[in-house]
Amino acid sequence: MKQAEGLTGAAKTLADAGKIKIGVKVDQPGIGYREPGADAPAGFDIEMGRIIAGRLGIDDDGIEWVETVSDNREPFLQNGTVDLVLASYSITDDRRKVVGQAGPYYETGQQLLIRKDSEGDITGPEDLASVKTCSVEGSTSLARVEDEYGASPVPFATYSECVEQLENKTVDAVTTDGAILLGYAAQNPDELVVVGDPFSTERYGVGYNKDAEGMCDFLNETLQASFDDGSWAETFAATLGKSDVETPGTPTLDPCP
Amino acid sequence: MTAFSENWHQILLGFGVTIEMVVVAGVLALVVGSLMAALRVSPIAIGRVIGSAYVRLVRNTPLLLIMLIFAFGLPELDIRPEVSLGSARLLSFNVFFIFATTALGLYTAAFVCEALRSGINAIPLGQAEAARSVGMTFGQTLREVILPQAFRAVIPPIASALIAMTKNTSVALGVGVTEATFVMKKLNNDYPTQLIAIFVGFALGYMVLVALISLVAGRLERKLRIA
Repeated sequence: MKQAEGLTGAAKTLADAGKIKIGVKVDQPGIGYREPGADAPAGFDIEMGRIIAGRLGIDDDGIEWVETVSDNREPFLQNGTVDLVLASYSITDDRRKVVGQAGPYYETGQQLLIRKDSEGDITGPEDLASVKTCSVEGSTSLARVEDEYGASPVPFATYSECVEQLENKTVDAVTTDGAILLGYAAQNPDELVVVGDPFSTERYGVGYNKDAEGMCDFLNETLQASFDDGSWAETFAATLGKSDVETPGTPTLDPCP
Repeated sequence: MTAFSENWHQILLGFGVTIEMVVVAGVLALVVGSLMAALRVSPIAIGRVIGSAYVRLVRNTPLLLIMLIFAFGLPELDIRPEVSLGSARLLSFNVFFIFATTALGLYTAAFVCEALRSGINAIPLGQAEAARSVGMTFGQTLREVILPQAFRAVIPPIASALIAMTKNTSVALGVGVTEATFVMKKLNNDYPTQLIAIFVGFALGYMVLVALISLVAGRLERKLRIA
């Protein structure tokens, strides 16, 4: 692969080294998910990571996928464990105080995943009063359905465990970003379905170390190029689009600070 | 400390659930632990086998794993118990509370059993022989002679087991229970700038609970000393 022309700063350093470490989730089907036994994870975040690495002239051999969980994304960026984070990483003001976030490259919102047998009973968050609703412990999604919609919160350690509890009928809804839920629905389309309109806005960004000079400009150019040449839409169709959703319009990037 | 002042209601609710877990799991652990200890010292071979198998199996398995077996195994068998004594949140015990608390109680029972057994073994054999020689049955010997003396010796180790259990309630966060640590994680997410204060505050909460158990144990110890 050939690196794009005119690279400078931190992007140039990575391109010259020919290696990049990207922090991703491995338990979110459609976004970032590692099949048991597979070498590399797969999903929308992974493909976006490949697009960015490709612009640096780095192919699969030079990419190291590092598993991240929600709590360690900022520390991993700050201490150099990873160069970039693409891990369903919502852009927030608080996070932008400690790390850089370029994007958004995808916009989603909190939705509900339910069993098909309760379709009609649960159509949106208003129907959640006293309904056992599962999400990851300490997540904003779980706090929102508890505090604003009176759901009976059920915390588990991972989304997969929540989906398992949904499938065995112990909880009646799982909630988090729609993109993540669509991935699970796509894995088991006969039993699970995502319902209702998003009731929050999450904007996924690419995390980078604040000290990485010129990184934001490089990332924004790369993302914009992928929007313009259609590779973003292709990537979406091949990953999240598998669960019967139309490819959305491309988001508008935030200007670099 | 806005994290505390704005959320005291939720914090109390969280510790309320934790205290409920401690009480229910504690009673279960004492009952099952005593039964298993009686089996382990019984004259019937099969009883000893059952008692020691229980201790080995349960004590050698990580607590989280036992909780996960309950939370993911029993629903597969269509077992989903719920108990509701009223409409208030603290009066309704959902399936996750029941699973986690039962798992915690059964786990702690193994430690209670071993503490009791060490107390029983500390009583000189001659006392049991003397009791049997005056015609007492095994049950009577245990009830009238051995256990009253054994209980005195085992209060400190049983208090330790119950204190460990109190802190172990926090493991239930990972299997759907909204106890104190659940509320703590929620506040951590909402107040990222007050992390340390939140950690310290919740640690203090647990320390108060444990201090209460120590206090009761100390009282009991003094009371039984003269007996």
